[in-house]
Amino acid sequence: MTKPDLLPGTLDMLILKTLTRAPLHGYGIALSIKRISQDVLTVEEGSLYPALQRLLLQGWVKAEWKMTETNRRARFYTLTAAGRKQLGAELNQFHQLIAAITRVLQDQDA
Amino acid sequence: MANSLRRLFHKLRFLARREKFDADLAEEMAYHRELKQRDLQEADPALTAKDAHHATNREFGNDLHLRDRSRDVVGFWFETTLQDFRFSLRQLRKNLGFTVTAIIMLALGMAASVAIFSFVDAALLKPLPYRDSSHLVGVFESVAMFKQSNLSIPDYLDWKKRNEVFTDLEIYDRRDLTLSTKNGVEPVHTGRVSDGFFRVLGVTPILGRDFAPGEDLLSAPRTTVLSYAAWQKRYGSSPDVLGQTVTLDGNPHTIIGVLPRDFHFVPAEPAEYWTALHPDGHCDLSRGCHGTYGVARLKDGVTLQQALANVTSIAQQLEHEYPDTNRDQGAFVAPLSEVIAGDLRPILLVLLGGAALLLIIAGVNIASLLLVRAESRRREIAVRGALGASPLRLIRQFVTEGLVVVSAGTVFGLALAYGGMRVLASLIPAEFMARLAFWQNLGFSLRVLAFAGLIALFAAILFSLTPSIRSAAPDMREDLAEGSRGTAGSAWRRVGSKLVVLELATAVVLLVIAGLLGKSLFRLLHVDTGMNPDHIATLMVSSPIATYAKEPQWIALNRLVREKVNALPGVTASGTTSALPVDGWGNTTWFRVLGRPWHGEHNEVTERDVTVNYFNTLGAKLLRGRNFDESEDKSKPAVAIINRSFERVYFPGEDPLAHQLSHLGQTPDPIQIVGIVEDIKEGQLDSQNLPVLYVPFNQNADTAFELAVRTSQDENAILPTLTATIHDIDPQIVAFQGATMTTLINNSVSAYIHRSSAWLVGGFAALALILSVVGLYGVVAYSVSQRTREIGVRMALGAQQSSVYRLILSEAGRLTSIGILIGLVLAIGAAAAMQAVLFGVRSWDIPTLFAVAAVLSAAALLASFVPARRAATVDPVVALRTE
Repeated sequence: MTKPDLLPGTLDMLILKTLTRAPLHGYGIALSIKRISQDVLTVEEGSLYPALQRLLLQGWVKAEWKMTETNRRARFYTLTAAGRKQLGAELNQFHQLIAAITRVLQDQDA
Repeated sequence: MANSLRRLFHKLRFLARREKFDADLAEEMAYHRELKQRDLQEADPALTAKDAHHATNREFGNDLHLRDRSRDVVGFWFETTLQDFRFSLRQLRKNLGFTVTAIIMLALGMAASVAIFSFVDAALLKPLPYRDSSHLVGVFESVAMFKQSNLSIPDYLDWKKRNEVFTDLEIYDRRDLTLSTKNGVEPVHTGRVSDGFFRVLGVTPILGRDFAPGEDLLSAPRTTVLSYAAWQKRYGSSPDVLGQTVTLDGNPHTIIGVLPRDFHFVPAEPAEYWTALHPDGHCDLSRGCHGTYGVARLKDGVTLQQALANVTSIAQQLEHEYPDTNRDQGAFVAPLSEVIAGDLRPILLVLLGGAALLLIIAGVNIASLLLVRAESRRREIAVRGALGASPLRLIRQFVTEGLVVVSAGTVFGLALAYGGMRVLASLIPAEFMARLAFWQNLGFSLRVLAFAGLIALFAAILFSLTPSIRSAAPDMREDLAEGSRGTAGSAWRRVGSKLVVLELATAVVLLVIAGLLGKSLFRLLHVDTGMNPDHIATLMVSSPIATYAKEPQWIALNRLVREKVNALPGVTASGTTSALPVDGWGNTTWFRVLGRPWHGEHNEVTERDVTVNYFNTLGAKLLRGRNFDESEDKSKPAVAIINRSFERVYFPGEDPLAHQLSHLGQTPDPIQIVGIVEDIKEGQLDSQNLPVLYVPFNQNADTAFELAVRTSQDENAILPTLTATIHDIDPQIVAFQGATMTTLINNSVSAYIHRSSAWLVGGFAALALILSVVGLYGVVAYSVSQRTREIGVRMALGAQQSSVYRLILSEAGRLTSIGILIGLVLAIGAAAAMQAVLFGVRSWDIPTLFAVAAVLSAAALLASFVPARRAATVDPVVALRTE
C-alpha cells in the first residue's frame, strides 16, 4: 500500500496545529498526526526531526527537556506566540489553495 | 529583521555547542525509537523483542543521515564546506604522490604560460604611455627598397604645412653623441626631435618643461630634456637639475625638463637626453637626405586610409615640384603600436602558442591522473553512497579537492612564473633590453593576473568534472563487490587512452615546431655572409667635429688609425667602413648609369665608404677587377667597387667594368667601376642580398667610421688594445662598441630572435615529450594492472611470453601511431601558420617530421616496454589468486 505524500510545506503546519493543544515530544507529535488522520498521514522520522529544527530556528516552537511518566528524559516542544500567528497565516493560505483547486475540479465536472 | 537576528543567534549557538546538539539529538531519537518499539510490541504480542527492534530501525531509517539533515537545517552553509575542506586535505595528504604530481604539473604549465604571456602583454597589449595612443601613427616616406623609410627635414616641413589629416606632425631621430664629463668624453644615446614632439604624444615633463615652439630652429638656444633614468643615474634625482648645462658633441645644452618615469619611445630608445632639431649641416638642409622618422596624431574621425591617401598626394605634389630629390618618394602611414612592436608579434605569438600547448599537455596529464584516482576510489565512493551521501554531496567533495589542488598549483605557478620572467628578462642582451623599453619593468599587470585566473578556472572545472563524471553514475553493488572488475578500467580505457593520444599529438606538434626553429637557426647561422668572420675584431670610432672640422683631417685620422693598428702584434690586416656588415641595408645613395637613357629615375642602392684592405680584412672575395688604392682621393678620378647583386640587377649580360656611374646632378660626375666583389651580408642574416656600391673612404670621408681588424691571435683579447690605441692618438675621440665579428653575427637581431625562440620552444618540447611519454606509461601500466588476471588466465592456458608482449605492445603501439599521425598533420598546419618566422626551412620539412616521429616512437616503445615486461613475467598462479 503506497502512502500518500504530504503536500510540500504542510508538515510544518500539521506540527504547529498538533502543538496547539499541549506540548508534545517528537514521537507524540507523529503519533497524534497518525491517529487523528486515521492512519492516512504517517510522518517519517526523516522528515519530522529536520522539520522540528526548522521550526525551532524560526522561533515558532520552543523546546525543553522534561521528565516523562516513565522517568526518562525527553524533549518537549511548545508552540510560541509567533508560532500561533504563523499557524494562522499558513492555515489561511492552505484554505485558499484548497478552495482554488476545488473550484477548478468542480468546473471540469460541470 | 528581529527574526533574522534571532535566527543568527540560534545558528551561532549551534556552532559553538555542536557536540551538545549532537548528543541531544541522539538521545531524542533513541527515546523516539524506544517508544515506537514498545508500541509495535503492544500491537503484536507475538513479535519478539529482536524483531521489533529491527522493524523499528528499518522504519526509522538512516540514523546518521537524519542527524546530518537536522544539522544541515541549523548549520551555516559553509560548515559543510569546511568539513569537505578538511576531508579533502586528509585525502590529498594520504595520496601525496598524486597531489604533489598534480600540483607540480599545473604549476609548470601555468608558469610557462603566464611568463610568456607577460612578455606578450607588455609588448602587444599594454597601452602605450601616451595620451590617446590609438590616434597616434608613424609617418614615413616610402621607396622601392624600404617601405617604411625616413623623411628629410624639408619634406617634413612641407608635409606638416600641407596635410589635412593630422592635428600635429612631428619628427624624431636616434643619435649617438658624445658627452663631455670630468674624465673625458663618453658616448651617449640621445633622441633628436622637433619642438612639438612631446606635445603630440601628450606627454608632460614631471619637472620643468619640454621644447617651446620654435626651440628646434638653428637660431634658438640649445636645450635638452632628460629621461627619468638619466635624471636618476647622472643627477641623483636632484630637483636643482633645471638650468644646469651639459655638453653634447662639444655644444653646451641647458637642461629644461625631466620626463616622467614611465615614458619611453621605443623607436628612439635608448635615449638619455632629448635635444631639439637645430637643422645644420649638409644633410639636415637637403631635401634629398633622409634621416628622420615621423609621428603624428590623427584628427578625430580620420581613418588610417584617409591619412595615407592624403600624405601620398602630398608626396606626389613634391615629386612634381622637386623631381631631382623626390622622384619615386612615396608615403607610408602605420599605427604607432605597429611601428613599435609589429615585428615582434609573429614570434611572440609562436612562443605563446608553444606555452599553451604545454599547458594543454599538463592539463591532460592531470586529468588522467584524476581518472585513475577516481577508479581506485570506487569502493570509497560506493561506501559513502551507501551511507547516504547524495551524488551532489560527492560532487561537492570532488570540487573541493579540485579547488584545493588548483589553488596550491596556482600559487606555486605564479611564484614560478615570476621567477621565470626575471630569468628570461635577464637573458635578453642589454642593448636589446635598452631599446625594447616596454620589457624593462615586467610585472603582473591586471591582464596577466586575469589570464592566470582564466587558467585556474579552467583547471578547476577540469579537476572537478573529471572524477564527477565517473561518480555521477556509480553502480554501487558492483563497486562494493570484492574483486570487481566490471566497468573497472573501461571508463579509464575509453577516456584515458583518448587523452594519451591527445597528449602525444600535442607533443609531436611542439617537437616539430622546436625542430623547425632549430633548423632555421642553423640555416641562419650558416648563411653565406661573404666573409670569414673568425679572428676579426671591430670597433666604432667617432671624432669630435670641433677638433676635426675638415675632410683632410678625417682622411688623415683614418689613415693614422690604420697605421697604428697595423703595427699592433698579431694584426694581419685592417680596414674601415661606414657601417659594418650584418646590420642593415640602410645608408643609401642614388645613381644612374652613364651612357644609358635617363629620365630622372632614382636608382637607390646601399652605399658603403670603405678603405683599402677592407675586403682583405673581412675575407671577402674580389671577383674581378682591382681593389682601391690608398692614393685614390678627391684629387683622382672617382672610382667604385660594386657587389655581385649590383652586377646582377643593373648589368645583366654586360661588363660592369666597362661602365661608369654618376650621382644625380645636373652635371654628371663619372664614377668608374673598377672591381666586383662577392656579396657581403650587409643587412640582417635572414635578408636578401641587395646591390651595394663601395666607394673609397678617401673620396667620401666622415668624422666617424667603423674599424675591422683581422688578427692571427685571439680577437677578443685585442679589443681593449684597439680602444687604447685610439685614445693614444687623441683621448677626445670616442671609441665604442668593440666586439668580435662573430659576436656581431651571433647577437644580430635575427640571430638572437631565432636562437631564443628555438631554445624556449625546445624547452617546452622537451617537457612535453617527458610528460606525454610518462602519460603513455601510465595508461599502459594501468591497463596491465587491470588485466593481470586475464593475463594470468592466458598464460595458464598456454600463451607464450611473446604473445603477452604482443598484446600489451600492440595496444600501446596503436595509441602511439594514432597520436603521432594526428600530431604530424597538426604540426604541418601549425608550421604553415608560422612560416613567417622560419628561415630556410619548409613547413613540411621531411627530415624534421621523420626525426620527431622516430624519437617519439622510440620513447613510447621504451615507456610501454617496462609494463609489457611486467605483464609477461607475471606468475599465472599469483595472478589468478590475487586481485
